[in-house]
Amino acid sequence: MSAWHERRAHEIAGAVRTGAVSAVEVTRAFLERIDAVDGEVNAYTEVWRAEAEARAAAIDAKRDRGEALGALAGVPVALKALLCTTEGTTDCSSRMLKGFRSPYDATVVRRLRDADAVLPGKVNMDEFAMGSSTENSAIKKTRNPWNLDCVPGGSSGGSAASVAADECAFALGSDTGGSIRQPAALCGCVGVKPTYGRVSRYGLVAFASSLDQIGPLTKDVEDAALALNIICGRDPMDATSAAVPVPDFTASLTGEVKGLRIGLPKEYFTSQLGSEMREKVERAIAVLEEQGAETVEVSLPHTDHGVAVYYIISPAEASANLARFDGVRYGFRHPDAETVDDLYVLTKSDGFGTEVQRRIMLGTYVLSSGYYDAYYLKAQKVRALIRQDFDRAFAQCDVLVTPTSPTPAFRFGEKTDDPLEMYLSDIYTISANLAAIPGISVPCGLTSAGLPAGLQIMARHFDEATMLRVAHCYEQHRGFDPGKPPIARGAA
Amino acid sequence: MEYEAVIGMEVHVELDTRSKVFCACSTDFHAEPNTNVCPICLGMPGTLPMLNREVVNKSVAVGLALNCTIARWSKMDRKNYFYPDLPKNYQISQYDLPLCHGGYLDIETEGGTRRIGITRAHMEEDPARNVHGMMGGGSGVDFNRSGVPLLEIVTEPDFRSAQQVYDYLAELKQILLYLGASDCNMEEGSLRAEANISVRPKGSERLGTKTEVKNVASFTQTMRAVEYEIKRQIRVLSEGGTIVQETRGWDAEKGISFSQRKKESAHDYRYFPEPDLAPVVVDEAWERRVRDALPELPAARRKRFREAHGLSAYDARVITATRGMADYFEAVVRVGADPKKAANWMMGDLQALCTETRVEVDACAVCPEDLAAMIGLIENGTISGKIAKEVLAAMFETGKHPKEIVEEKGLVQISDSSELEGIVQQVLDANPNQVEQFRSGKDQVKGYLMGQVMKASRGKANPKLASQILEKALRA
Ligand SMILES: [Zn+2]
Repeated sequence: MSAWHERRAHEIAGAVRTGAVSAVEVTRAFLERIDAVDGEVNAYTEVWRAEAEARAAAIDAKRDRGEALGALAGVPVALKALLCTTEGTTDCSSRMLKGFRSPYDATVVRRLRDADAVLPGKVNMDEFAMGSSTENSAIKKTRNPWNLDCVPGGSSGGSAASVAADECAFALGSDTGGSIRQPAALCGCVGVKPTYGRVSRYGLVAFASSLDQIGPLTKDVEDAALALNIICGRDPMDATSAAVPVPDFTASLTGEVKGLRIGLPKEYFTSQLGSEMREKVERAIAVLEEQGAETVEVSLPHTDHGVAVYYIISPAEASANLARFDGVRYGFRHPDAETVDDLYVLTKSDGFGTEVQRRIMLGTYVLSSGYYDAYYLKAQKVRALIRQDFDRAFAQCDVLVTPTSPTPAFRFGEKTDDPLEMYLSDIYTISANLAAIPGISVPCGLTSAGLPAGLQIMARHFDEATMLRVAHCYEQHRGFDPGKPPIARGAA
Repeated sequence: MEYEAVIGMEVHVELDTRSKVFCACSTDFHAEPNTNVCPICLGMPGTLPMLNREVVNKSVAVGLALNCTIARWSKMDRKNYFYPDLPKNYQISQYDLPLCHGGYLDIETEGGTRRIGITRAHMEEDPARNVHGMMGGGSGVDFNRSGVPLLEIVTEPDFRSAQQVYDYLAELKQILLYLGASDCNMEEGSLRAEANISVRPKGSERLGTKTEVKNVASFTQTMRAVEYEIKRQIRVLSEGGTIVQETRGWDAEKGISFSQRKKESAHDYRYFPEPDLAPVVVDEAWERRVRDALPELPAARRKRFREAHGLSAYDARVITATRGMADYFEAVVRVGADPKKAANWMMGDLQALCTETRVEVDACAVCPEDLAAMIGLIENGTISGKIAKEVLAAMFETGKHPKEIVEEKGLVQISDSSELEGIVQQVLDANPNQVEQFRSGKDQVKGYLMGQVMKASRGKANPKLASQILEKALRA
């Protein structure tokens, strides 16, 4: 029997509910695991040891009283550092918010607590979710458990690494242009970006409001379905959360894909995709065909503009969203400021890292009078065309299958000098955010260098059920065990 | 050269809703500083706005009252600028698609009726309030006001004089009060008027450079400030100078405007659509619901009071000053009182009593039915108009019915001839000199003697009858 920290969330919840194991025992197993490996992985920015144990004890007491336990009973869930919690700090891995305590809990955090999850702490990320390698964290350098010299991806790098290294049962991340799916692919776990509006953004410190979406990073598709069951649904605190009914996602995992039409967008299978990654994805497609799915080539003609549109819209929104970090009310405040204008300039210059400042300036520029029409407005128009591409494609197919990332995990520093190179890490994931559709990344093998590759499946708006069904079917029939990263094997 | 002023107005109105525009906090910003606040109106990280539908309701009502077109589809935008009273460092407002546009308001002003074009009216949030000179000279921010709903009403440059500006503001305020859209308290900042003023040679079509006068505490001061600014601009131009585009403040004590801030040409608000809020969709049914619930507006009511109740234009204006006053008047008339007399009592003694005790006419102890009853007592001769003043004062104080007061105080008018003859005789006996003077042709002495009769009867003598009896006795 494997150790508790290696188990899936649905197994843990089942065992805690029946009393086969106590929540305290499970929590301790994870805390010990964190002690054992996080010194190398550096996924956590803070661990809430006492709170987690107390919470676990309360869950056990609840069971002992004969009360029914929630769907995530005793399941330790790591939280990306930009999810607001009254417990601990919410620093967004930024100097600007170091030590900042939120006066309220994010809606997803409340939902996790209500489902009897245990919260072991916060995990690292690129500062304010801007980045694709977690190297932009002002707090620490998170490593990829599959190769400690490589990045975990980003911006939800701490979430992905903590799941891959068995330091939590699953984690929540946020995805603005691929920030859940790309690190999930690079760390060999499952990552879901739900449809825009599926999950409340209340309490998610905003990067780009029209693109951000919270989602789970898990060890398998069933856990992803379980997590989505808890976090999805309309929230009166978020005007953009949709009043669309939430099905039982676990019930959609039938293992069947017979007759489903799988679209292969030709723009995603170009020379930019390395031959090794291409081969992994093609093999995955073959697995789905063997299970009775049909494949059809489709076209998303505006794909090439995705990155450009994204790097206009997201910085524009970010420039306003991050304006509130000014040293006046909370967070970092530069001690040398004499005037209010000084306070703004010094606080922002010292509080924000280079990439965040770059994007604020980019966003300020594209919204400036005289440039608005040429950049922001045009980008919105192209965004509408990208959306239209997907509507047309989904008239021909039920899901789209593509690679998640053009490359596996890369080495630290490999792309930090060239922001554009870094931005291209997200070329396959950005469109789903622009089109507001759901996407999932599922592990589809290891490269010759022993690094995970990810398969991306995208579906129609609010059709996470079909997306999960295809992902689950592939997972069941892929014919290999993705195994555990070296850090997991070595330090267990 | 003769100059003409061209003025446009921007008025910010705090809408009178229970909760703020994007959160559930109370709009009472006079509470202890920073008590009516929550993570949303403090702009804490991760918070999101939720649009209060009551703000849309009230804004649509104002838009309809100002004859605006209500946009079926409008949106909120972010207006970006840095200021410590702005917790998000952007204000949620409306930029290119306001909720209301293309309306007008007819005002009664010098030279008759004038139509003022309403360019637009849009919703936005009020910033917080910076508080200076606290705790040993420090500055602080009170966020109670942060997120209080505002409606900004912008006119076309249709004013040519300060008087027109005043009359517009008065009419607008009255409409807002009728709608219950705002308490329009200028001192507390729930109504803030800014005037954009320029002058040009009469007959010219080109607009001159404008200045903006803001932060004025009352309508009268606004009128004075506009007047001053028009004169100042004409003087500058006449002396060959040029007008600088700027914001000017108003020093009410010295009666002068002063330069506050030169218009930075670089000020760029970088507006863009607010991604955290859905578009504001007011369908026909919603608009109709608001329209059907609109009260009769002041102009219509004034007209009706003139035509149906025969009030003068002046009386109609005073009686319709507030919705409560107009409702009160109608209630008095409904139970049969003469409209002209009802208006006179309301505008005269009753208003004086109310002003003295700082209470609204419609909230005072005298109910409309009782006022009508009192007027009835005068008409049927039970009390004199003079006694009625005393009765009304007692009604105002005690809330009792006029009849009860008249009986309690024994104020019934003396209309009995023999009793009056006795009183008259006493007065004549006590004033032989005056009687002599009258008989030698000094008619005006009669007034003095009549006063003595009223005094002797403690005001209760039926004046008409007493006068006849006195006349008769003097001529005897
Ligand atoms: Zn609030």
